[in-house]
Amino acid sequence: MTDQIRVDSLSKTYVLHTQGGIEIPVFADAALSVASGECVTLHGPSGAGKSTLLRCLYGNCKPDSGAIHVSHGEGTVDIASAPPRVVMEVRRRTLGYVSQFLRAIPRVPALDVVAEPLRALGVPVETAQARAGELLARLRIPERLWSLAPATFSGGEQQRVNIARGFAARHPILLLDEPTASLDARNRAVVIELIAEAKAAGTALVGVFHDDEVREAVSTRVHTMQG
Amino acid sequence: MTSAPGYNFAYLDEQTKRMIRRAILKAVAIPGYQVPFGSREMPLPYGWGTGGIQVTAAVIGPEDRLKVIDQGADDTTNAVSIRRFFARTAGVATTERTAAATVIQTRHRIPETPLSEGQILVYQVPIPEPLRWLEPRETETRKMHALADYGAMHVKLYEDIARFGRIATTYDYPVLVNGRYLMRPSPIPKFDNPKMNMNPALQLFGAGREKRIYAVPPYTPVKSLDFEDHPFEIQSWDQACALCGGTDSFLDEVVTDDRGGRIYVCSDTHHCATRRDAVQEAAE
Amino acid sequence: MNPLLTVSGLTRMYGNRVGCRDVSFELWPGGVMGIVGESGSGKSTLLSCLSARLEPTAGRVLYDTREDGPVDIYAMGEPRRRMLMRTDWGIVHQNPRDGLRMGVSAGANVGERLMAVGARHYGEIRAQADDWLRKVEIDGERIDDLPLTFSGGMLQRLQIARNLVTHPRLVFMDEPTGGLDVSVQARLLDLLRRLVTDLGLAAIIVTHDLAVARLLAHRLMVMRRGEVVETGLTDQVLDDPHHPYTQLLVSSVLQP
Ligand SMILES: Nc1ncnc2c1ncn2[C@@H]1O[C@H](COP(=O)(O)OP(=O)(O)O)[C@@H](O)[C@H]1O
Ligand SMILES: Nc1ncnc2c1ncn2[C@@H]1O[C@H](COP(=O)(O)OP(=O)(O)O)[C@@H](O)[C@H]1O
Ligand SMILES: [Mg+2]
Ligand SMILES: [Mg+2]
Repeated sequence: MTDQIRVDSLSKTYVLHTQGGIEIPVFADAALSVASGECVTLHGPSGAGKSTLLRCLYGNCKPDSGAIHVSHGEGTVDIASAPPRVVMEVRRRTLGYVSQFLRAIPRVPALDVVAEPLRALGVPVETAQARAGELLARLRIPERLWSLAPATFSGGEQQRVNIARGFAARHPILLLDEPTASLDARNRAVVIELIAEAKAAGTALVGVFHDDEVREAVSTRVHTMQG
Repeated sequence: MTSAPGYNFAYLDEQTKRMIRRAILKAVAIPGYQVPFGSREMPLPYGWGTGGIQVTAAVIGPEDRLKVIDQGADDTTNAVSIRRFFARTAGVATTERTAAATVIQTRHRIPETPLSEGQILVYQVPIPEPLRWLEPRETETRKMHALADYGAMHVKLYEDIARFGRIATTYDYPVLVNGRYLMRPSPIPKFDNPKMNMNPALQLFGAGREKRIYAVPPYTPVKSLDFEDHPFEIQSWDQACALCGGTDSFLDEVVTDDRGGRIYVCSDTHHCATRRDAVQEAAE
Repeated sequence: MNPLLTVSGLTRMYGNRVGCRDVSFELWPGGVMGIVGESGSGKSTLLSCLSARLEPTAGRVLYDTREDGPVDIYAMGEPRRRMLMRTDWGIVHQNPRDGLRMGVSAGANVGERLMAVGARHYGEIRAQADDWLRKVEIDGERIDDLPLTFSGGMLQRLQIARNLVTHPRLVFMDEPTGGLDVSVQARLLDLLRRLVTDLGLAAIIVTHDLAVARLLAHRLMVMRRGEVVETGLTDQVLDDPHHPYTQLLVSSVLQP
């Protein structure tokens, strides 16, 4: 099986110039490989750098050195050095990401927030909305909320919209940062199901899960981070 | 005839006339293009046709016969004083007959009688720049002319149609000369616009205050701006001229009493009189 | 495919004061570039140089023309540059009064660019103006009203319609939401975001508001004292700023 993600000697230190140039080393020489159909969970104490690593994989965080090879279409792209335009294209077609918090776009209805990654792939609006509705329904977002912008939703509702959005386009790679943090047991079960389906479909997943039950349910491999 | 002593022929000195003639030659060579010239002080206030008078002074010769009209009439104060001015300073013959004139200076009309080769029509122009309403900066309008960048000119016509359902501009209606330069024909009624097109006479335009001369040489295409679905049209009247019965000339409304009575009469007084004479002759 | 805009070593001096210095980047079709930085950092100067309105002191701006591929916008003739500015490009000024004709109707404002490129059918011009007014959420009833009677948000939307009616490929915007109330801003931003996405427009947006940049721009350039100090994907620059100045900028707002 070929790796969908291969991280080579990745290092990241935050430098806080506004606070006298304090340096916060997060990780050095990190390595990680993820194959399709796998769900690798990042495990370690708070502050170990799990979110930072996921964000590096998504191109949201710029490492100091090292490479992040992601298979994209026919080839591979090094997210750590690719120009913004390429990273955007990788995100559109290859990389899905469920962040810890939904960054709501003003005035855009929940249904469109979820359908948007599909629309960006050129999927017709009806098809995209049908898939979006299906996911929102599974995650128990009442249909009367679909046409509203999520800005006014509760934290749990927003997080479920965020999860639906992440799963909508069935990207070959999916990154999950504590997606179940504010969910109840029934919704957690839905997320576990969604992850299982994605694995079965060959998606390569990397996730951070705060509760052991979910981690154990979805994890094919645990990647421990010490911080 | 001889000119009054103390003046140079046609009032202007020879050097000034040569300068104006050079401007005219350039204007003729570039139909519709506004040529700057060093406008002189004239013994008449601006607005009385100082631009037209300087052009006339530069082109008129002792053998010429001059006609001067003001909104079609030969007998207004303005027309009379200009005619007298040249009779005095150049000693030229004057006439009211369009066909007999070699030089016609006009304010705001083109005679109804068709002009012929060899005649010169001199227009008095208050504001020469057609783009002025759109763009107050001279540097910018010059550039727009240089680049034939005229599309925005239709904005004005668009506004007319949006507001009135038709192009409501009736005077000083913009034209494109020789397919190249946008030109203000001076405040003639749009009724006269078609007469400019392919006219056998030489048409010269003088703006005194703004110091510009431009020209439409004989047989030059002159097109009035319009839209495909709102083509250019001239004014028309339900009535005939109350004096000569003519139906094909530009009519002025004349209030006849203080009870709202009004009649329509030809604005071209010479044309109207000639027709009346012809009708009378036929009747006799 | 070529970059739409290739900028190299672009410098503009005002005497010996720096307007912007040594700016280089590429903009690709459909790309949205945000330029952020504090007041006086050279954003407007750069935008003017990029949009053929201010000749640079040094450097080049190549635009990928439809006919001949990349052409230096300052080396091409004035007629061509003008044509480009009213067909392929749009310029949205911070103050809509600078980009509109306040003395003519909304419809004429939108129709002007069509007429400028040769449209001569009143009915069609009007129909397109009407269509664009609707697209920017202005009631078609107002087509014959003078902009003088419009609110600030409507004026800005009218300016946008006026620019987009010729289907430009590249739009330059200088603080498009600058003078507007917060609620009006949100609506305009939403509209801009949708139009830019739906039409696949490339855009360069100058703003000092990082939230606006986050919402509209794919990429950011951070300027300080006329120079670009940091560039990258918008979310990366805002979430993981590297340059001290960018960190200061980001930390001085609550949540961009
Ligand atoms: N944007 C940031 N700027 C500065 N320091 C950060 C930033 N994000 C995270 N950190 C620091 O980096 C370390 C790793 O954080 P993080 O990746 O969030 O860990 P985890 O997700 O494992 O809790 C922590 O010390 C955290 O304070
Ligand atoms: N026309 C001008 N003449 C002289 N200096 C100018 C002019 N325009 C801008 N500047 C200077 O250039 C620098 C950048 O200005 P500007 O591009 O307007 O910045 P910003 O748009 O980021 O506020 C500032 O120092 C400003 O004072
Ligand atoms: Mg974390
Ligand atoms: Mg500025």
